[in-house]
Amino acid sequence: MKYNYNSIADIAAFSERDGIPFWQVVLRSEVELTEADEAAVLGEAKKRIAIFNQSVEDGLADIRTTPSGMSGGQAKALFDGQPRFLSPLAYKALTYAIAVNEANAKMFRIVACPTAGSCGVVPGVMRAVGDTYHLDEEAYVRGFFAAAGVGNVITNAACVAGAVGGCQAEVGSAAAMAAAAAVAMMEGTTDEVVAAMALCLKNVLGLVCDPVAGLVEVPCVKRNGIYAVHALTAAEMAMAGLRSQIPADEVIGAMDRIGRALPSALRETSEGGLAVTETGKQIAERVRNL
Amino acid sequence: MSSVFDIIGPIMIGPSSSHTAGAARLGKMARCIFDEPVERVTMTLYGSFAKTYKGHGTDRALIAGLLGFGAEDVRIRQAFKEADEAGLQYEFVESAEPSDHPNVVLFDLYGHSGRHMSVLGRSLGGGRILITRIDGLEVEITGDEHTIMTFHTDKPGVIAAVTTALSLQAINISSMRVFRKEKHSQAVMLIHTDSEVSRDVLDSINAVSGIESVMYFKPL
Repeated sequence: MKYNYNSIADIAAFSERDGIPFWQVVLRSEVELTEADEAAVLGEAKKRIAIFNQSVEDGLADIRTTPSGMSGGQAKALFDGQPRFLSPLAYKALTYAIAVNEANAKMFRIVACPTAGSCGVVPGVMRAVGDTYHLDEEAYVRGFFAAAGVGNVITNAACVAGAVGGCQAEVGSAAAMAAAAAVAMMEGTTDEVVAAMALCLKNVLGLVCDPVAGLVEVPCVKRNGIYAVHALTAAEMAMAGLRSQIPADEVIGAMDRIGRALPSALRETSEGGLAVTETGKQIAERVRNL
Repeated sequence: MSSVFDIIGPIMIGPSSSHTAGAARLGKMARCIFDEPVERVTMTLYGSFAKTYKGHGTDRALIAGLLGFGAEDVRIRQAFKEADEAGLQYEFVESAEPSDHPNVVLFDLYGHSGRHMSVLGRSLGGGRILITRIDGLEVEITGDEHTIMTFHTDKPGVIAAVTTALSLQAINISSMRVFRKEKHSQAVMLIHTDSEVSRDVLDSINAVSGIESVMYFKPL
């Protein structure tokens, strides 16, 4: 197989060898792996991109709160407001990412990316970049495969489940995928894509998974928004020429080791952190009696 | 490497791949295994399923699956109403008993004829599932592949006759396992194939001496 990658370095090497962008290595690898034709693979990607955008719309349109009372209507509040501190693009990413996670919490259709709890970051960032620069569907396809390549390496070399590696593995991976997607949408170089994901992932290391009442709502929904902005910060640095001193694959290895070192109480069991605060426990009690 | 569509995917109804998407797939698999319309069902939930099922919509997803809806079907949200319209009676039991996996559900299914079947399954994460027991018999069904399941008598020649029936139709077996309660009693054969299995092939397996019944599940 010409494009069989096991690391970010492999993807970068194939990109350089064939003079093709990072995202295209991932696309060609998928065609090779599944023995499908390229049009079918692109069609499947476009179907998911369409659902990304539909989830944004669903989250903005439905302002009811969830049965737990913890979330709902927050994306709409941002959408109706104005940025004071963020660029308009980053503000959109924040808003759209929260919209997708609110849609998820309210049982709308979403695409796990890489998980359901982290499903807002990539669609939020891609939509904000696409809207702001009036990009076409091809740009979303570039972003999709760049994100997918990063996610694939992290899934196989480390983990993306909060129960295994904490939130750094879940929202952290989503943010690294989104940073790569943003650069790819803007037709950045392979070095820039790699730097963006590495800088992004380095700065979520140690983030724990401590959901209140065991639900994918607090802190997950707003965290997707915050890490969408974080992904853009990393992408901004990468496209300005900044590079990670620690290579991308070593950052992924560090994330995996940190995840496994986290106590079980901070890996989606809701036995630690925010979940066991006074208020967290009260909410859990309320949810139990729904 | 995995397919990128396993990384950016599955397409599903929120909020949780294990507690919602996996639950819908478990329900759908239980329906396929029961192989007749479900009239009444009791679902006993264990572990995290028992503790968080209301907040995750696990109850709605299980029912939706039993009605034949997939993990990406928006009707999961109004599954209770759909069940009422379809005449499916259901109840949930929260078990405090320890289980060997965090997300376990036991289906007690009843058909129009009064037939009963129990199906035990678990949600593994990422929407993946495993059915581990049917009416007390240990099995391993994931719903990811074409699967033939037979109930048969444990005696020499049955397995050879079944694999011959498949080879005559050029159907390749990717994996195969046999389970039994005890010697010469009821046994289960689980065969995964690379391609779809036609009604004719299933009829020829059904005609094998010792086979009580045969079922076939397409990938969920």
